[in-house]
Amino acid sequence: MTEPYRRRSLATAGLLAMLSLPAFAAAPAAPDPDDWRAVLKRAEGQTVYWNAWGGDSRVNRYVDWVAGQMQARFGVNVEHVKLEDTGSAVARVLAEKQAGNDEDGSIDAIWLNGENFAAMRESGLLFGPFAESLPHFALTNPADNPEVATDFTLPVDGFESPWGRAQITFYYDSDAPGFSADQAPPGSMHELLGWARENPGRFTYPRIPDFTGSTFLKQALIELTDSAEALYAPVTESDFDSVTAPLWDYLDALHPTLWREGRSFPASGPRLRTLMSDGELSLAFSFYPTDAAVAVKEYQLPPSVRSYVFDGGTLGNVHFVAIPYNAPHKAGAMALANFLLSPDAQARKQSLDVWGDRTVLDLTRLSEDDRALFRTQNDSPALPPPGALANTLAEPHPSWTGALQDAWLKRYGVN
Amino acid sequence: MLRLAPVLVIALLTLPVVAGLTMIVLPAFGYLPALGGETVSLAPWRELLDQPGLGRSAALSLASGLVTPAVALAAVVLFLAAGQSGRLARSVRRLVSPLLAVPHAALGFGLAFLIAPSGLAMRLVSPWLTGAEQPPDALIVNDPLGLSLMAGLILKEIPFLLLMSLAALERLQPEKRVEIARSLGYAPTLGWLKTVLPALYPLIRLPLYAVIAYATANVDMALILGPALPPTLAVSILEWFNDPDLSQRFMASAAAVLQLGVTLVALAIWWLGERLVTRLLRPWLTGGGRRRGEATLRVIGRAGLAGASLTAVAALAGLVLFSFAGFWRFPDALPQTLTLDHWRRFTPMLGEALVNTAGIALAATLLATLLVLAVLENEHRRNIKPWRALWLLYAPLLVPQIAFLFGLVVAAESAGIGPNLGLVIAGHLLFVLPYVYLSLAEAYRRLDPRWLEIARTLGVSRNAAFWRVRLPLLAAPLATAFAVGLAISIGQYLPTRLLGAGRVETVTTEAVALASGGNRRLISVWALVQAALPLVGFTLAATLPGRLGAAKHTTQTVKEDATLG
Repeated sequence: MTEPYRRRSLATAGLLAMLSLPAFAAAPAAPDPDDWRAVLKRAEGQTVYWNAWGGDSRVNRYVDWVAGQMQARFGVNVEHVKLEDTGSAVARVLAEKQAGNDEDGSIDAIWLNGENFAAMRESGLLFGPFAESLPHFALTNPADNPEVATDFTLPVDGFESPWGRAQITFYYDSDAPGFSADQAPPGSMHELLGWARENPGRFTYPRIPDFTGSTFLKQALIELTDSAEALYAPVTESDFDSVTAPLWDYLDALHPTLWREGRSFPASGPRLRTLMSDGELSLAFSFYPTDAAVAVKEYQLPPSVRSYVFDGGTLGNVHFVAIPYNAPHKAGAMALANFLLSPDAQARKQSLDVWGDRTVLDLTRLSEDDRALFRTQNDSPALPPPGALANTLAEPHPSWTGALQDAWLKRYGVN
Repeated sequence: MLRLAPVLVIALLTLPVVAGLTMIVLPAFGYLPALGGETVSLAPWRELLDQPGLGRSAALSLASGLVTPAVALAAVVLFLAAGQSGRLARSVRRLVSPLLAVPHAALGFGLAFLIAPSGLAMRLVSPWLTGAEQPPDALIVNDPLGLSLMAGLILKEIPFLLLMSLAALERLQPEKRVEIARSLGYAPTLGWLKTVLPALYPLIRLPLYAVIAYATANVDMALILGPALPPTLAVSILEWFNDPDLSQRFMASAAAVLQLGVTLVALAIWWLGERLVTRLLRPWLTGGGRRRGEATLRVIGRAGLAGASLTAVAALAGLVLFSFAGFWRFPDALPQTLTLDHWRRFTPMLGEALVNTAGIALAATLLATLLVLAVLENEHRRNIKPWRALWLLYAPLLVPQIAFLFGLVVAAESAGIGPNLGLVIAGHLLFVLPYVYLSLAEAYRRLDPRWLEIARTLGVSRNAAFWRVRLPLLAAPLATAFAVGLAISIGQYLPTRLLGAGRVETVTTEAVALASGGNRRLISVWALVQAALPLVGFTLAATLPGRLGAAKHTTQTVKEDATLG
């Protein structure tokens, strides 16, 4: 599985300046998020076109379940528009704006985060603020969990509602050469290089600008650079070359040891898993901690696969649901965003049998009964060990992603 | 009414292309007010030229646009020249329609799995022959020269060119030509090449041009088999159009214009090549050589197409295996366990997609067939030569989809046409109609006019003659054209996705969305369903006309009716 709601990037300089512009006015007939009863009343009978990555049958089935619940509980008809790339939905809203269609767009809700959010916000393509008015939002306890209100360092400002969590998780085939009971898998970027030298051709990362590949670059940069704090401000405010120099030295050393000697890279995160499945790789990573366990269940990976996280922690983020500025069914979309935050929907999503996407709710805020929903046993040996995900590194400012991608393509984009 | 048919059809097919291109050319030169681009500038082009590997991307697209049609054409021509008797030739011919029905992406997935270092071919010979317990680290799929991409395209274009050639041959009486050549002492294969090919080529030129255009700009196969560093131009364009950084739209638009240029250059090079080859081959054609090379050509002709068909079948066999596979560790030649899980999990999702796919395909093909019949019948009734401007029909095939579809969405939105089923059907019509025309026009114009004259002398009205004489006589080519139209419609991804804003779910959009998740087992299930659908069409096309009693029977009845009346 991948991190579908975010595909590639390049949020350019001056982003913060743009974001400080006043929020554009919502369409005149937009519902008032603070009058929740009125929102639900208007939502009834609406059809919400929810644009969400459709590359995983488990996600698709979960969305199907959500649609059924929305119909039964609120009389809202939810249609899953299955994207192969979230960018195409952003492009659609832009095309509508370009054509002057400001009120009757074709998209009511989008699953996204990071650069897609930044880009839509910057171009005035989002409706809001609405997220903080959702009745269930308080269950995320934003005061103690600031990540549900921050997207790649940018304040969300209520323009998208949190839905789930992801974190880079490595997985390996414990039966493959290069792994043994007394030898722990590489626990840092430096150990990874050492391992790759001993096991040439058995590790790789997706081709940039794929977002899983870009995330690998960011993880490496955070670990390797001497000035990690610079990553949390716009890239224009720091000396890009000196901050990233250790990264390029590292990649220059790593590439000859990679799959195909770094002369080609797999197209996407899911391709990494296919290569693991084919026995071409022994070590890979995913943005979903439960990805490997799910893949074992679905016969894609051998039962000997184990998951873990780097000793110093790995990059993680939250993914969200947003509403385009010209969505014709904003009330229905808000009802959907709120339902997605309900303990029922969140617990079901987290279950390994359904999807395995971690909750954004703060369990201490839930009633005893609701908390029990989350206590189902997930005991697959392919899951990361308990507590492994405690150490989450924050996403850099979105402008870094684009700058890193451009620099990577200039260096390695032509073989 | 009928008089307007050609104008209407040309307008239907060219206006969307022109509108779409306009909406791409404007941003390519910096004009896109929604993103603050209000002045004309060359900045998008400067940015485009700065992209690493742009030249290679364009060269790759150009090369695959020339190599693919050349190899596919050579394979088809030599196969036809080597003679149609024999069991091998017959079984290859039987495979044509099924292979034509397989969508590009499905064949791409199958081929990638067949030839990869961890693929089916390697598994069959490992470890007993190669000694490999782990797959070798060799760059075969996604090779930098694009060879595996070209191989995939060639496998897919051979059935298309073969079908088009077989249709055209019916008019040329190849047996008679070869007979005469043989009586003059020419060996059969050489005789065919010297007497039939020069007459055949002009008839399959347009389908070839469509292949060239497709090979320069296709996305489906290039994503799976094409090179990665850098990818082909079309793949890069798609990435730029989908980039979250919306300012990339300017550069993406410029790149789409460049793609159109690359396609046009490929067509121009081919056109020049035609002239050159004609001149170079003249001495050989008229030199009187009767036997030299006969055996070699015959072997290549047989082996080439048999090899290609076998490869395609093996690629599909891999998909079938995967759709039932449990875990399948390298180097096992078969999955350790077989399961029905993948099929079971997907059937509940199938219903709506299937209904949409069939509905859109039937509507678009029916419309296309009616329009094509109107154009052809108009020619016939007014006894005019085919209108020269009719080549404009092929505009949607010759202009790369990726160059005008994104613009078409903006154009439709500007005209106040939101995404809906009708728009999707209209979009499919753009691509279905030219193929229906390609498949039907020759047979229509060739039909002996005396049949209709007889009918008229027997007092049958023009319209009645059309319905009761012409259509029954054309049952077979009509059925083929219809099946081709269905197959084209079922395979469409970008038009369905973009014009329907993703709301119109078809088997193909589902398959592409799932493909992004990389679960090869599920992809196999969808790809097989996707391939099976057009196959149903082709099978019906092959059997129905015979069932309906086809030509003779019906005309008999017509005549009897006429006499009685």
